Amino acid sequence: MKVRIQFSKHGVVKYIGHLDVMRYFQKALRRADIPVKYTGGFSPHQVISFAQPLGVGVESESEYFDMELEREDDLQAMKERLNASMTDGIVVKAIVELPDNAKNAMASIAAASYEVRFREGMEPAFDLSAEIEALLKQSTIPYVKQTKKNEIEVDLKQGIYTLSAEKDKKDHWIIYMTVDASSGGNIKPSTVLEVLYKRAGDKLPPFALAITRMEIFAKDDSGHLMPLIQAN
Amino acid sequence: MSKLALDHEILMTIEKPARYIGGEVNAVYKNKEDVDVRFVMCFPDVYEIGMSHLGIQILYDMFNRFEDVWCERVYSPWLDLDKIMREKNIPLFALESQDPIRDFDFLGITIQYEMCYTNILQVLDLAQIPLLAKDRTKEHPIVIGGGPCTYNPEPIADFFDIFYIGEGETVYRELMDVYKEWKASGEDRVEFLKRASRISGLYVPMFYEEIYKEDGTIDHREKLYDKAPDRITKEIVTDVSDTYYPMKPVVPFIKVTQDRVVLEIQRGCIRGCRFCQAGQLYRPVRERDVEVLKDYAIQMLHNTGHEEISLSSLSSSDYSKLDELLSFLMKECEERHTNISLPSLRIDAFSLDVMSKVQDVKKSSLTFAPEAGSQRLRNVINKGLTEEVILNGAHLAFEGGWTKVKLYFMLGLPTETVEDIHAIGDISNKIAAEFFETVPKEKRKNGTVQIVTSTSFFIPKPFTPFQWARMCTKEEFLDKAYECRRGITSQLNQKRIRYNWHEADVSVMEGVFARGDRRVGKVILDAYKKGCVYDAWGEYFHMDVWEECFRENGVSIDFYTTRERQDDEIFPWDFLDCGVTKEFLLREWHNAQAENVTPNCKQKCNACGAAKFGCGICFEPRS
Repeated sequence: MKVRIQFSKHGVVKYIGHLDVMRYFQKALRRADIPVKYTGGFSPHQVISFAQPLGVGVESESEYFDMELEREDDLQAMKERLNASMTDGIVVKAIVELPDNAKNAMASIAAASYEVRFREGMEPAFDLSAEIEALLKQSTIPYVKQTKKNEIEVDLKQGIYTLSAEKDKKDHWIIYMTVDASSGGNIKPSTVLEVLYKRAGDKLPPFALAITRMEIFAKDDSGHLMPLIQAN
Repeated sequence: MSKLALDHEILMTIEKPARYIGGEVNAVYKNKEDVDVRFVMCFPDVYEIGMSHLGIQILYDMFNRFEDVWCERVYSPWLDLDKIMREKNIPLFALESQDPIRDFDFLGITIQYEMCYTNILQVLDLAQIPLLAKDRTKEHPIVIGGGPCTYNPEPIADFFDIFYIGEGETVYRELMDVYKEWKASGEDRVEFLKRASRISGLYVPMFYEEIYKEDGTIDHREKLYDKAPDRITKEIVTDVSDTYYPMKPVVPFIKVTQDRVVLEIQRGCIRGCRFCQAGQLYRPVRERDVEVLKDYAIQMLHNTGHEEISLSSLSSSDYSKLDELLSFLMKECEERHTNISLPSLRIDAFSLDVMSKVQDVKKSSLTFAPEAGSQRLRNVINKGLTEEVILNGAHLAFEGGWTKVKLYFMLGLPTETVEDIHAIGDISNKIAAEFFETVPKEKRKNGTVQIVTSTSFFIPKPFTPFQWARMCTKEEFLDKAYECRRGITSQLNQKRIRYNWHEADVSVMEGVFARGDRRVGKVILDAYKKGCVYDAWGEYFHMDVWEECFRENGVSIDFYTTRERQDDEIFPWDFLDCGVTKEFLLREWHNAQAENVTPNCKQKCNACGAAKFGCGICFEPRS
């Protein structure tokens, strides 16, 4: 039996890196007596695979991993047991069964959506909505990407699926975006903000953003984005 | 756990922010309004080291079972955060509540090795607590130290209000009650310390003074509070099967040094190796009931989700029910897909059988710790391991497919000669030869034999028969390491032997702290003020700074290390009683010089003095 687990990550646990979140779940699965399948040998490993790594300092509404079970188990009961063994800040939101022939969804990740806010006192001095509107009208969105060895110019246009901004009741900006998260074309939310700041003749200050990943998507057969919890 | 003491920018700038956020699985959260005493337990080293320590987990669990106490944790901030905290004047905080430590009632510090002394000062300093006990007021926490180094607390006596001598499970409850009474009374800080000093096992250093002779040795100690005890006897748990044990140890988010369930199977050691401090301090041997251990193992694996369990004791092979315990664990662990990490067991048919079942023979290695190369010197140190036993063990292991062997020795032991040093090469070579004889060429499917021979430098420790011994200088140590290497490279099978030796500078400093007195305290304080911290981490140890501080304070390193001690010298730690008497240790010191072997506690009682605690091996029938 193959299942997909969706969890959220909020609060102080956002400072735990991807590898440590994996270790955390490996131990949680043992605490919750989840009948996860193991590899053989002297140091057996659980057959689990995580989706996109989440950056340190970023919160999330929707992270995923898949696992194989040794035997059938009740999905609701598993979810309850897992949540009973969680630490504050991590919540298992759903467990769904995958067909046995489900392809590795982790490899078919196409996009991710984010909500971005500004940390206290770090709101931009310019009108974000207007900059976004103008940016989306550009025929190309060039961005100079720093790699270890050199700089390469890439076009972000194709990778930005949606981008908008609005102000909340307290007059604070919220930016919504859905961007490419595939292994070849992944776009970081901070990159989009950098480009917007540059357009406005400003520079994004460090540590200004409070980012929450809202969903991870795969593409269905017709090319539409579909949340990973529904894609299999 | 929603608030953090460090802001986002700091957490995103430093290495491994998860060291400082708390909130780990099984961490204990209480409402601070609901408790009378706030205690913070500190291991003065980086989180990954501190979180691997069983003692803190035991005491953390114990304190938090007390309804009126909330015990939290703190570790040494790493140097990146240390710098930021000083720049921004951020007070050191406890992991759970993230509240400043200076607002707590108690700061408990476990002192596991001498080279952490500057880290103790770092913790006090960052917590904004005066470094010297005499400068603290009612506003500051009570700073209490525990752990093996408190068996000679004098070099760090000025920094602590109280030392807890012995096993932590016994008198902390009483101390908490005395503290609550005192707090209600409104009396001054010294009055609390006076009350604490009358609790058994607690030592309040400010009530005593060391008076020295003209030659610099101790003449006597003077009491500054007449009701403080003359001698302090260590605390001990008489029934280790019926005491506190952490069934829900805290599970760190990040990978720590001991990322596993630790099952303490017994305390103490029957062996009586003359260089070993733990072997004397924790007498008598007390075994935990095997049924209790089985139950602990299952509960702890379930509550932590750890993928590995290991056994802890000074000499696991001496645990009487080891077969039964290991058989049980192997069965349970196989069902749970959990690994067993074996402690260094005596190599024999039984242990090899167990090892072959739980480890990959191709990858794992055998460990022998002969400690000395020649039989003569092994008799001097009372290490009851013979060459025959080692070669037999190696023979069996090579037949079983093992190829890797690790050997541990010490250089600079009392009475050591150049022949003893060369014998290290001889025995390493004989083990390699044993492989070539045991495994014919066509059967060497796991490759050829690989021997790693390591030497450390011998440091005389308090409460051992070698507390009278002269320690070598750095130059002597390095000459010995050179001789040892020469001994190895002259062997026929030298290509199969790799040789490692330990840093000599750190060993010299450890030697000073181990047998130091109160005059060493100001050197430690100065070295800290000049930037020494994390001395246990080779790359941050600055011998030149330490030497400068000794010079400036007019304190001689050699006085503490290379000086020969007379049989009747008064040592800084003589006022402590760990059960083992000074008469016994002196008898053992003379036995060492006469190369006499003393039988172990299972064979015969040698009247060391530990029987006065009325428990353990002292009251069991002997074989």
